[in-house]
Amino acid sequence: MSTTFDETAVLAPPKPSRSPWRWARENLFFSAWGTLATLSLALLLAWALPPLVKWALLDAVWSGATRDACLTPEGTVGGGACWVFVKVRFGQLMYGFYPLEQRWRVDAAALTLALGLATVLPLRAATQRAAALAGVVIGGLGAGWLGGPALGAVVALFLAGPLLLARDLSALRRLPAVARVLLVVGLSVLAAGVGGVAFGTPKAFGWVTLVLAAGLFGWRFDSLRAAGLNLLGLVFPVLAQALLSGGAYGLPYVPTEQWGGLFLTLTIALTGMAASLPLGILLALGRRSALPVLRLTCIGFIEFIRGVPMITVLFLASVMLPLFLPEGVGVDKLLRALIGVALFSAAYMAEVVRGGLQALEPGQREAAESLGLGRVQTMGLVILPQALRVVIPGIVNTFIGLLKDTSLVAVIGLLDLIGIIKTATSDPNWLGFAAEGYTFVGLVFWVLCFSMARYSLRLERILRNGVA
Amino acid sequence: MTIRLAVVSAALSVAVAAGASSVAQAGVLDTVKQRGSVVCGVSGKVPGFSAPDAQGVWSGMDVDYCRAVAAAVFNDASKVTFRPVTTTERFTALQTGEIDVLARNTTWSFTRDANLGIEFVGANFYDGQGFMVSKQLGVKSAKELNGASICIQTGTTAEQNIADFFAANKLTFKQVVFESSDEAAKLYDTGRCDVYTTDTSGLAARRTTLSKPADHVILPEVISKEPLGPSVRAGDPQWANIAKWALFAQIDAEELGVTSANVDEMRQSKNPDIRRLLGSDEALGNERWGLDRDWAYRIVKLVGNYGEVFERNVGAKTPLALDRGINQLWTKGGLMYAPPVR
Repeated sequence: MSTTFDETAVLAPPKPSRSPWRWARENLFFSAWGTLATLSLALLLAWALPPLVKWALLDAVWSGATRDACLTPEGTVGGGACWVFVKVRFGQLMYGFYPLEQRWRVDAAALTLALGLATVLPLRAATQRAAALAGVVIGGLGAGWLGGPALGAVVALFLAGPLLLARDLSALRRLPAVARVLLVVGLSVLAAGVGGVAFGTPKAFGWVTLVLAAGLFGWRFDSLRAAGLNLLGLVFPVLAQALLSGGAYGLPYVPTEQWGGLFLTLTIALTGMAASLPLGILLALGRRSALPVLRLTCIGFIEFIRGVPMITVLFLASVMLPLFLPEGVGVDKLLRALIGVALFSAAYMAEVVRGGLQALEPGQREAAESLGLGRVQTMGLVILPQALRVVIPGIVNTFIGLLKDTSLVAVIGLLDLIGIIKTATSDPNWLGFAAEGYTFVGLVFWVLCFSMARYSLRLERILRNGVA
Repeated sequence: MTIRLAVVSAALSVAVAAGASSVAQAGVLDTVKQRGSVVCGVSGKVPGFSAPDAQGVWSGMDVDYCRAVAAAVFNDASKVTFRPVTTTERFTALQTGEIDVLARNTTWSFTRDANLGIEFVGANFYDGQGFMVSKQLGVKSAKELNGASICIQTGTTAEQNIADFFAANKLTFKQVVFESSDEAAKLYDTGRCDVYTTDTSGLAARRTTLSKPADHVILPEVISKEPLGPSVRAGDPQWANIAKWALFAQIDAEELGVTSANVDEMRQSKNPDIRRLLGSDEALGNERWGLDRDWAYRIVKLVGNYGEVFERNVGAKTPLALDRGINQLWTKGGLMYAPPVR
């Protein structure tokens, strides 16, 4: 028996009064200026809100399938919002002209990416583990559905291998390292064996290599995050390319001009983000390098790109570049836009990262060097983690800007979310509903950008508390 | 370590995605046949000319022209890849071989023929700039528009045409410029300006979206010539001929009364003009022409004659409800006249 000291009974502060009147006085009418601002905003809302609610909700048409459902009794456009238009076009707004029966491929790629990101981004450990487990199960089932049980088993084991070895996660972490490696190699051989029976010897050889490679990767992984990052960085781009473009593994080829809508917007934005962060870090380091040629090249690149508008870069990629190439040799238009967007955002990212690098005390570098860390280790283990943490708001800011800038690709004839709504409003059977279309698109952009902004805040809090 | 891996993998994936599409140096017809589809540059944003429906199926005057070319080459009107191109990049796309045909409401003009290395093959729609006004103004002619405020979309030839027309008639006007035609039409509807101007086909399309379409009238004056037509890259006479005659065959078919419904009977017709058009007897084109004798039969069978295409996309039964007007056949007082198949 020990005596306990009830801290809460003594230290709990008095509960602040929560009466609405008090809340209003503290937040709305705290001074003359505050009262004035509150009243004028209330007036503004009273003026703007009722017509908006009336148009968007009360008078709106939700059911039906044709333009006639939305017309007034006199047969004209007007009255409430016609959400039927958005409903009818919803599939196209999401996937563009991606063939209807192939759209699961986009969903599959999106799900893979979401699960992969969930293991990599700082989230609660339980969420990460659940995502990893879901990845193994869904990956195995999906591959099994596509290519038969054998392929399913191979993929599941391939995904499970690195996870079993990730020290921060595995239930097997109490086993000695040798035993764990043996276990994974055993599983890999088993997977390869199953593969061998299913696919015949020559293909099995390929699978053995693949699975052993996974085992070897897994051996090096210290954490689930490292495993996830490698899978995302190495496997996902190839997987996404195979899945989305097709033309192999029994999947019909879907040319990029059929890509569109939110899918295309996210493809461009995510590729831009994934490329701009590493490129931006390299450029920022290059700009601070002691080697004059490297430094001047990086400065030249950054300042040139920052000196021109994004639309110019896109025009350059879409109109000028083909003129420089020999006649008849073309590079896919989407790829040209992707490279343009990636280079553009990399230049901005470089300056954000440079801000973080300059915010660090020189003492950090000196301390790392005095511990005997090499240049790469100093940068990778000491400088960059701290510098990047400082500039999270700047990085997310650039990402949000990038997401919205992707709408500029509409001017080079790519049908992203904005481009596709423009074509939808030109359908002779649906003329006159542009406002509904643009409202919906605006809402989608707002949801995406606002989620990113909220996650950024959370990221800052997690990293500040040192809990990943 | 992980960052380096990520960079390498990003580079790899870009290399995989690069799969540079190459077009053989052979003639366009051979390239098209090898590829299995005609790549057609369209707008995708002009009602009645090219726009996809909710299922992603393209329709419109320009779209049907592209289908006619595909029908002539492949006996399959669906073998077209529609590539939306913007006004700025359309000619580059044609010059570089990214598209085989440009059918994008493009006005045929001297400078474009002379300077751009492209060749117009005809006009599939004769358009011209017109005016729409509210009936309440009581205006019967554009010459009565002195001092009117006019809603215009910026960056188009419409601005120049308006200035020319009002200067020539010694009238004054106030222009109210908007970035998009959606915006200009919306503001016209709310009464921000007295007159809305664009091509007459566009005026008709916009009128259906006004709150009270019946209260607005399109004035008779057409103040500019806008022959809209398809074009191909210069330097391949074989392909230019196919593109040209895909259009002419549709116009000839209408003149001869051949429709998609009766084309099979018409093949047995006694009329030598019809027999020549549909290839009932010997082939008229030799190997330089490049297609077999059924080419025009396929166009009419799979796409229809010019009149059918017009009615289907912009005619009286469509929401645009355009008059044939000057797009009527020459035999009925219009401008549609095609050289004979002989």
